[in-house]
Amino acid sequence: MITLNINGRAAAVDADPTTPLLYVLRDDLKLNGAKFGCGLGQCGACTVMVGGQAVMSCLMPIGLVEQRAVKTVEGLGTPTAPGPLQQAFIDEQAAQCGYCIAGMIMRAQALLERNPHPSDAEIRRHMAPNLCRCGTHLRILRAVRRAADRSGVAIAAESRTSAP
Amino acid sequence: MKRIASSRLDRRRFLASGAALVVSFRLADGAAARNGAAQSKKAQPKPAPALPGSLKTEPMLDGWIRIDADGRVTVFTGKAELGQGIKTALIQVAAEELVVDPARITLVTADTARTANEGYTAGSHSMQDSGTAIRHAAAQVRAILLGRAAERLAVAPERLTVKDGVVGADGGRSVAYGELVAEANWHLAAAPQSPLREQATHTVIGQPMRRIDIPAKVAGGVAYVQDLRLDRMVHGRIVRPPSPAASLASLDPKAVEQQAGVLKVVRDGRFVGVVAEREHQAVRALRALGLAARWDEQPTLPLAQNLYKSVRETPAEDSVILDRGVPAPSDAAALSATYQRPYQAHASIGPSCAIAQLLDGRYTVWTHSQGVYPLRSALAELLGVAKDAVRCIHVEGSGCYGHNGADDVAADAVLLARAMPGRPVRVQWMREDEHGWEPFGPPMIAEAKATLDAAGMIRDWHYEVWSNTHSTRPGAAGDLLAATHLARPFKPTPPKPLPQPEGGGDRNAIPLYALPNAHVVHHFLRKMPLRVSALRSLGAYLNVFAIESFMDELARSANLDPVAFRLRHLNDARARDVIKTAADRFGWPTFQRRPGRGRGFAFARYKNLGAYAAIAMEVEVQRDSGRVRVVRAVAATDSGEVVNPDGIRNQIEGGIVQSSSWTLSEEVTFDASRVTSRDWGGYPILRFPDVPEQVDVHIVDRPGQPFLGTGEAAQGPAAAAIANALADATGVRLRELPFTRDRVRAAIGPA
Repeated sequence: MITLNINGRAAAVDADPTTPLLYVLRDDLKLNGAKFGCGLGQCGACTVMVGGQAVMSCLMPIGLVEQRAVKTVEGLGTPTAPGPLQQAFIDEQAAQCGYCIAGMIMRAQALLERNPHPSDAEIRRHMAPNLCRCGTHLRILRAVRRAADRSGVAIAAESRTSAP
Repeated sequence: MKRIASSRLDRRRFLASGAALVVSFRLADGAAARNGAAQSKKAQPKPAPALPGSLKTEPMLDGWIRIDADGRVTVFTGKAELGQGIKTALIQVAAEELVVDPARITLVTADTARTANEGYTAGSHSMQDSGTAIRHAAAQVRAILLGRAAERLAVAPERLTVKDGVVGADGGRSVAYGELVAEANWHLAAAPQSPLREQATHTVIGQPMRRIDIPAKVAGGVAYVQDLRLDRMVHGRIVRPPSPAASLASLDPKAVEQQAGVLKVVRDGRFVGVVAEREHQAVRALRALGLAARWDEQPTLPLAQNLYKSVRETPAEDSVILDRGVPAPSDAAALSATYQRPYQAHASIGPSCAIAQLLDGRYTVWTHSQGVYPLRSALAELLGVAKDAVRCIHVEGSGCYGHNGADDVAADAVLLARAMPGRPVRVQWMREDEHGWEPFGPPMIAEAKATLDAAGMIRDWHYEVWSNTHSTRPGAAGDLLAATHLARPFKPTPPKPLPQPEGGGDRNAIPLYALPNAHVVHHFLRKMPLRVSALRSLGAYLNVFAIESFMDELARSANLDPVAFRLRHLNDARARDVIKTAADRFGWPTFQRRPGRGRGFAFARYKNLGAYAAIAMEVEVQRDSGRVRVVRAVAATDSGEVVNPDGIRNQIEGGIVQSSSWTLSEEVTFDASRVTSRDWGGYPILRFPDVPEQVDVHIVDRPGQPFLGTGEAAQGPAAAAIANALADATGVRLRELPFTRDRVRAAIGPA
């Protein structure tokens, strides 16, 4: 058994330590946010935060995650009570199919927790690892901008209080 | 229920009576599934061609609208949500005509046991087909309810008012829809005319409405077929051949069968699948099987450097699709040009996925297919069972942009489910499956030739396009990848050209411009080295790219402004309006050209009968690297009557960005036997640093005009606007897609 720290809670999972975190999140912990996109670390659909950093969970063996704080999109809010960054995505209607969006949100969350007031250029650079196929990029950028302008400091402060 | 008067039990009756079936997106109980499948075999009503939209194929009003005694409204559509926002727009249409709060409405989408057969959700048809049907059905149901309310309240119907499903009369008397349903019968065929609400009274149609599906998508709700977890579900993966013509020489699965969690290895010909308890166990088994399999490969693919030569040498079936006036004989003064596109991929971010379950001799399939009814037919043939024994339920997947692996993975899932009776089998393709085996958009060539008269008007126009088919969608088992890999393989349906006016390879090959003499030929190529099918906008992408590039070349040769040149060849007032709007909002006349930058313009009306789209762009070219970047784009669109303006904007914005990606970087690569672009490294798409700084979409609303599908309208114009801006910036015309850095650098030369 390996004990993981997922969204502030301990979760004991019975899986091989080489199993990528993505499969444990989806299959063992029944979390939908992180998506399988490529399994190669090329697209970012599986992005979650580990120890404050955005990581591709499809490449991260759980054996390397143990004890480090994992945050997924479920840790930011719910469909009926979304967190500030999720709300910004809703406000900007920043999705088409939306398959990439949970990964986008977690990559942006990692940026805002570290830097509550990024420039537009910093946001673009930071988001570069994540792919969107529907062409929703401009709405995604606007959503991150909106969250930073409205709640950037709050998002950053939350990370400090909830840091491992 | 009182309104069920006849003893004939059919699907609509089933809908009207099955209170347990309202909630979408859940596993319906087995009995309901069996009922639905069993009843769907009953004869469909005869087509009623005079009816609006999809009422033609499903005329019964209760096939579209159901209202419960508690006032909840359920609307049924045979179309599917593909991420285009159709659910929200259809709810808006129903809410407007029923006069209820949109929040009161539950929408049930494509399901062979529950909804109308609306064919495929494709071709930007959903608003025209389903939106129109729901609009008219809702208006007619409202009229029936008002008729009952008038009797109940003893008032003339025209003196009644409706507010959120409550009918009011003088003196504060009122009655809610829910109280009327027991005595209101709309198990009736629709009438050709409907009492549609006056434009001026609209409160929902035409207003931006937030998409109902987005909250679950941003917060980890169950939003996709990939997220469904059925009781006792197991996981399958497929070991695909390394190349289309490869045969399986040997495979010893014994070691893999001993791996942890592996339940079964299924082999039939060169179809090899594995089923495991857990998903990652299935992935591990897949890798091990891949190493254990020995394949014999055949070099069947045209050499990449000879792609267009091989297209030209493919035997063609020619059809003249336009022959107007007297085309001039070959003229030395004619301007001519050739345009080409390679194989390109849908390349969905989420690999295709399906879940299938065999229970008591019946299959239930959860699928993101664009056509649950055609898929059901194909799966039934593949399995050798009656159609009644298969139920296909649409559940959203990752965006598909046409015919991707959605149907194929459903075939994979049923083949594995057949081997695992009782257990739901979830199959999700791996990235290399999606990039390697989806049916691609086919390579195409277009040749344009024209002469101008002394006044700078086009005198004659000659255009030819070479293309494979643009649809190999299922309907038959042979259209499913796995079925062609079995020991006794099914044969693919012989490819056919899609007929005009919509067309396939010749979609938008006929210009909308007023040309006195014009000749357009479609060279249909039957032989396909690689499987191809519908990719968003089909042949319109290349044809609009070619025609709109060529219009620019003609304008330049006549020393005329490209926007003015288009306008002087256009009589269609709506076309002129979007062109003028886009040019005006872009600041076309006052554009200040900076070094390395240029402006480009393009226009098309999708299929010549869908939405109008005009796009102006500013593009930046880096001479040293060959990098091309769209700086800003300004689009104007006319989609007829607007239902959800933000939905239209989202589609056009996304279309511009996606088409920019196709146009600047996308090309399927292959060697003599294999597709070699098997991941995002081999098939790069646009990333954040490359997307435009700004995309503005201006909507020309046409209240009272028919809905015009928008989803594919931007693909062609965006490509041509880039080409034209690139030519404006550098003086060099690129005609072969995509405009990769290497290709641009080679064309424009050093600074």
